[in-house]
Amino acid sequence: MNADADVVIRVVGLDAGYEGVAIQQNLNFEIRRGEVFGIMGASGSGKSTLMKHMIGLNPPISGHVFIGGDDIVTADEPTLERIQRRFGVMYQSGALFGSMSLLENVRLPLEVYTDLPDAAIDLIARMKLELVGLEAFTGHLPAELSGGMQKRAGIARAMALDPSILFLDEPSSGLDPVTAASLDATIRRLSDNLGVTFVIVTHDLGSVFVAADRVILLDTAAKGIIAEGDPRRLRDESADPRVQAFFRREAEAAAA
Amino acid sequence: MAAVSISDTPDGRRILALTGRLDSATLPEVWDKARRAAAEAPTRPVVVDAAGVDYCDGAGAALFVELLRQPREARVEVANLKPAFAALLKQFDPQVLSHDLDPEPPRRPAIEEVGFEVTVLWRDIRAQVEFVGELCAALWFALTHPASVRWRDVWRICERVGVDALPIVALISFLLGMILAFQSAVPMKRFGAEIFVADLIGLAMLRELGPLMTAILLAGRSGAAFAAEIGTMRVNQEVDALTTMGLNPVRFLVTPRIIAAVMMTPLLTLFSDLVGLLGGALTMQSFSIPYVTFLKEVDAAVSLTDFLAGFVKSFVFALLVAAIGCLRGLQTSAGASAVGDSATRAVVSGIILLVVVDGVFAVAYYMLNI
Repeated sequence: MNADADVVIRVVGLDAGYEGVAIQQNLNFEIRRGEVFGIMGASGSGKSTLMKHMIGLNPPISGHVFIGGDDIVTADEPTLERIQRRFGVMYQSGALFGSMSLLENVRLPLEVYTDLPDAAIDLIARMKLELVGLEAFTGHLPAELSGGMQKRAGIARAMALDPSILFLDEPSSGLDPVTAASLDATIRRLSDNLGVTFVIVTHDLGSVFVAADRVILLDTAAKGIIAEGDPRRLRDESADPRVQAFFRREAEAAAA
Repeated sequence: MAAVSISDTPDGRRILALTGRLDSATLPEVWDKARRAAAEAPTRPVVVDAAGVDYCDGAGAALFVELLRQPREARVEVANLKPAFAALLKQFDPQVLSHDLDPEPPRRPAIEEVGFEVTVLWRDIRAQVEFVGELCAALWFALTHPASVRWRDVWRICERVGVDALPIVALISFLLGMILAFQSAVPMKRFGAEIFVADLIGLAMLRELGPLMTAILLAGRSGAAFAAEIGTMRVNQEVDALTTMGLNPVRFLVTPRIIAAVMMTPLLTLFSDLVGLLGGALTMQSFSIPYVTFLKEVDAAVSLTDFLAGFVKSFVFALLVAAIGCLRGLQTSAGASAVGDSATRAVVSGIILLVVVDGVFAVAYYMLNI
């Protein structure tokens, strides 16, 4: 199926939406190994919906999403589980399990999917939490933390199994600038050093310009991708007024 | 595959040579052996030679951190790790990870625990008293300013509390009437007194079981629903939004629910009484007591006072169940299990209150000779 060995995700002719109502139509794009790939667009343009189709949470109206050659749209239950083990997902709100401490949240996937000794599981979970600056909150319940901290813990849990692909839904929203910058640096490091592929749904232009290799820009009116490429080049060189407006307004909003 | 080989050099160092792929799948192969090798020679400097490591992710880095963080006399150093993996390892501080920065607080002594629980109980009683006061004020305001009540909400809640509860009330009451009749008819038949089953069912259903069972069903259905609904609003900060908009949550959220419950529960109780009698009458058919005879006996045995004794209780039960459901909803704390806890507390507190108040009614009726 896949001619290019470096392509880890291929979206083909995808109509994104719910209950037959398409928000985006005929989406086609590829994501390569080790790439930090941004999905951008205005609110309501279907970014999170597209991500849900890509991770097999909701079926698209039509089209295919190939992850490592397997079509997640048509996969049966066991295949879907196998594909889903290859990636980690951080949801917009963190989606932590409320009755478990942060450490237990991060430990959970390691306990379920590995044969590691308990001491190793504990250490790995603590390391993931240190990575997002939460090493001093391991025993806290999610409800005892701020929204931004919950989100960081969500990222730590998504990284628990060191997946080769990480989907992050609005990772930097709700984070302070220092933590957001540190997260961008971590993403870049994991991508450069370990070849982890990141798919990031975001509004944050600052993060995109620092961390992303390529982005697609979804447009609500056009119901499709209006720009694809290096975000810095799109900002500086795109002649499309819609692309310019998006980057300009978003940049103004970020600066405000 | 991952492997570790151990060798000691003439200058006293211990070399742990790691090879292969270090990730969560292969780590168990080397974890214990590498740790043991370092722990067995606490006075020897240990060099972890990572020249043969082909791949190392976060799990693999954990092995290096584990070796680096152990308290020992001689130092541990990692050598020949490829730059990409070294950059990953550099992100972690073995010293920070060598102790728990967020340990569990020590358990309270038993006496402190008892004191704590008593304080919690006292606070709860105080909150209930405060809530009763607030509720009285809100209901008085609703009575004197009927236009201020959100009647659209009241009708919507009436439908959920009343109409939607009809099937379950019918089922439980019908079965209750049937079971009561059957259980009492068999022994009474031995004395030729099965006709008095009608008296028993009439009095039991109208005075006691009709109002009580309806109220228990109300606690299970609507009390829990009120707590969950208001609890979810509390978690989503909707209650905070009401407060900052200058709207009193008790007046806005609790009053319509109380009014709806107080309007619907007596009607449900009437319905329960009738269906219970029907269940009893149907059972007595099999004991050769026709419907007409059954109803005439009920009519003779049950007075209007008996009916009113049960009917008055249903108003009070409705008020209690709805109020405690709303109170538990407003007391919802943060966290995923908070709403479920509130619903549980609403049902448990509701049923306890019902039983206690029913006992008070029984004593009062006895004293008043009702």
